[in-house]
Amino acid sequence: MPALLEARQVQLGDAVKTGVAAGIVAVFVSAIGMVQRFDGRIIFASLTFSYVMLIAIFAGLGYRAAQPPARLEGYEAPKAGARNVLAGLIAGTAGGVLLALFILLAGTANLRPIFPNISPELIEILGFGREPPMGAILAALAAVALGLLGGAFQLVPSRLKKAIAGTLFWVILFALLRGVLAPVTRGLGITSLTDLLYEREGLSIAGLVAVAVVVFSSYFFLAGRVRAARSGLGRLPENRRRIVLLAGVAVVVLVLGALPQVVGVFLSEVLSAAGIFLLMALGLNIVVGFAGLLDLGYVAFFAVGAYTMAVLTSPISPRFTPELTFWAALPFVILAAAVAGLMVGTPVLRMRGDYLAIVTLGFGEIARLLFLSDWLEPTFGAARGIRRIPDIALGPIVMKGPQDYYYAILLFVVLAAYVSWALQESRIGRAWMAMREDESVAEAMGVNIVAAKLWAFVIGAIIASFGGALFATRIGSVFPQTFSVVVSVTILVLVIVGGLASIPGVMLGALALVALPELLREFEQYRFLIYGALLIFMMLKRPEGLIPSRRRMRELHEDEVEQDAWLKAEAAKQEAN
Amino acid sequence: MAETVEAKGPRRIQLPVLDSFLWLIRLAAVFAVVWGAYFSISSGRLSGAQWKDLVIFGLSQGSVYALIALGYTMVYGVLRFINFAHGEVFMSGAMVAFFVARGLSRTAMWTDQVFLSLLLVMLASAATSTMIAVLLERIAYRPLRGKPRLIPFITAIGASFFLQYAIAGLFGFGFKSFPQVPALSGSFFFAGFRVLKTQSVVIVAAVMMMVGLYLFVEKTRTGKAMRAVAEDQEIARLMGINVDRTISIVFAVGGAMAGAAGFLYLLVFQQVFFLTGFLPGIKAFTAAVVGGIGNIPGAMIGGLLLGGIESIGPSLVLTGLGIPSAHQLKDVVAFLALVMILIFKPSGVLGERVAEDRA
Repeated sequence: MPALLEARQVQLGDAVKTGVAAGIVAVFVSAIGMVQRFDGRIIFASLTFSYVMLIAIFAGLGYRAAQPPARLEGYEAPKAGARNVLAGLIAGTAGGVLLALFILLAGTANLRPIFPNISPELIEILGFGREPPMGAILAALAAVALGLLGGAFQLVPSRLKKAIAGTLFWVILFALLRGVLAPVTRGLGITSLTDLLYEREGLSIAGLVAVAVVVFSSYFFLAGRVRAARSGLGRLPENRRRIVLLAGVAVVVLVLGALPQVVGVFLSEVLSAAGIFLLMALGLNIVVGFAGLLDLGYVAFFAVGAYTMAVLTSPISPRFTPELTFWAALPFVILAAAVAGLMVGTPVLRMRGDYLAIVTLGFGEIARLLFLSDWLEPTFGAARGIRRIPDIALGPIVMKGPQDYYYAILLFVVLAAYVSWALQESRIGRAWMAMREDESVAEAMGVNIVAAKLWAFVIGAIIASFGGALFATRIGSVFPQTFSVVVSVTILVLVIVGGLASIPGVMLGALALVALPELLREFEQYRFLIYGALLIFMMLKRPEGLIPSRRRMRELHEDEVEQDAWLKAEAAKQEAN
Repeated sequence: MAETVEAKGPRRIQLPVLDSFLWLIRLAAVFAVVWGAYFSISSGRLSGAQWKDLVIFGLSQGSVYALIALGYTMVYGVLRFINFAHGEVFMSGAMVAFFVARGLSRTAMWTDQVFLSLLLVMLASAATSTMIAVLLERIAYRPLRGKPRLIPFITAIGASFFLQYAIAGLFGFGFKSFPQVPALSGSFFFAGFRVLKTQSVVIVAAVMMMVGLYLFVEKTRTGKAMRAVAEDQEIARLMGINVDRTISIVFAVGGAMAGAAGFLYLLVFQQVFFLTGFLPGIKAFTAAVVGGIGNIPGAMIGGLLLGGIESIGPSLVLTGLGIPSAHQLKDVVAFLALVMILIFKPSGVLGERVAEDRA
């Protein structure tokens, strides 16, 4: 067999490194207080979410340590065997030793004046309730066992592996989402289901078994059928397929329409918050995803929308007296946003990607600082903001409360999604994509770069201003401190994690990253930490996002395809010799 | 830059419109500056001594920016990449400096051996920042080398957020106040300017470090390797230079400068919290661009210039234009400077030392 194609074995030295990484991660999540904060969330019996997190760290990295080196096209797959399990064991040992040392150190020296989160309670959780020497040993042993388990998981056949991992994921998700399921079952009148699935805290035994069985079996029964159904749909004649698609859309609309009545006030509130972010993410997706213009000051347009709405409708806004209704003010919001979009877009027309990002960031901060300043206080109220923004009224119906607002937000989200979808394949959409791939080439092919860039900025700005207007009326007030760069980055995270230029991806991103932390309050404090880590992780491992857009994926992996082709050719050459 | 090449086709019609718009902004800016300066000087609201104080404050703040800017400019020079998380590298150093100083201030050393203890604090700060910068490069940036340029940039944004909230999680969200240094309280007169003792320490230390860095890059073998890698990575590799190691050193040196800046920042501003890195980071980047990115002496000049603009600008221009409480708009001035310089002179005062864009 040619040397190039020989199977590459897992390296035990690397396993030590992975184990140390696991130990560092475990110490880090302990020291920033995650472990202690998540200890209140019970998954099943006495298993809390903090233990789930620690188990995931050690078992996951044990699995990773036992993973054979990346296999390129043309390589032989090495057989998984005792060596892999050993690698997991080594990683677990290295990580466990580190964690034990941390427990011993924290148990003897008082680190609290510097690290406020390293408390006696934390040491107790890490050491399974025992005092440091014993607790440290127990923790280390647990880490070793978990590393071994992770390593052994490499030996499981891949289909079963997927099913087991999926089952664990869904079981934990179900346990965490008790707060979502309870109001839903109440709304549907089947509270007995929640009573069956959950105990006072965490899943019940019946719930655990039921969720596990359903998920596990669906991995085996559904896997092939979904694909078969999809390809079956593809084979249908054009008009029949359209009917099926329309039926699908109708079902989605029905579900979305009935949602607030079913889920109740609290969840409607969460959905509304996520909806506003989703709206803005759809807008930013046009700017960053379609046109490839990295805008870090997107919050400026959100602020322009919110403040325009506030000044025009609030009875106590200082400058403008004839108070308008929401709908009458909307054209002015659009106008203001378009002007703002042109103001930001025109000067940056000739800028390169990263410079453009920094300049737009500057514009975003300038907008916030101006809204905050005493200079413009007569119009925008400086730090006091503008209050008493009236609710949206539709004829005689006044929208009050989160359930009504859900519909208003849904309306705009559907509009933005439709606009994105329609623009994607339009002339301007194709111009954007050409520009994103290579500006000079696109220009040489006759794409009007100036118009394409300005349109992207203006359309993005208008969608963000809708978000701002809805935000202002929903809260009833605007304050300048809301509009910081954190909002811009949050929206960017939603777009990137979901998948740049992919509309379903953006929707998933908004649901998972805005709605979930709203539901799980203990995550709130770590939200931006997780966002940052996610951005890094996505860029390193999956730059195309969770649900990638097909064209974007091809752009990002061009070089890999070339590399694989080269390797294959090279292997073939050797074979011939 | 490819963008400035004269375009053919439909753009020919639009360019004059765009150009005249940009000229309009330029004229308006110049007019506003002249108008504002004329009125505030003629009104005589601030005395000569007060202007001088502002200049010295601007210099001390500017030398902190200059030190941070070195990290941006060196990394950009070598990798053509804006290390957005560099502000957080600086902040982490300042944070650790605070804890070391707090520990030391409880011992007799703080008053007996002032310079030794301050040196210790600075070393701790620089060591922390160096370590973080090198780890950042190794974990987050190195695997992405050669990818489309926005990918490492987005990673850097993520790293910036991650570092901010990791520091907040580790050390708490609150403001940390640097202990008083008794030996550095008070001021003295120098050439007619009143200088606070802390300010003099900051300026002298910063200038010394920048001169040291300049000599390091220009005179040593490692410095030569850095310049070679900045010129052309492939050729440098063929010449037997270890490119990965050289890039690590670039990050390390930039991190050390940022860490030292973190300590000096604490001397001037006395406070640090987890978001401290954001504004100085952006301003230092502006300084790097003002001086011409990739250009080490440029970063020093840009830093001092920006510090001066930010310190004097609000009182000189904005007050003259009749804007109330202009000091609130200090950051707006800095951001406006950033936007203006990037739009009108992205190559900076001393010119970019960056080879033609290949992206």
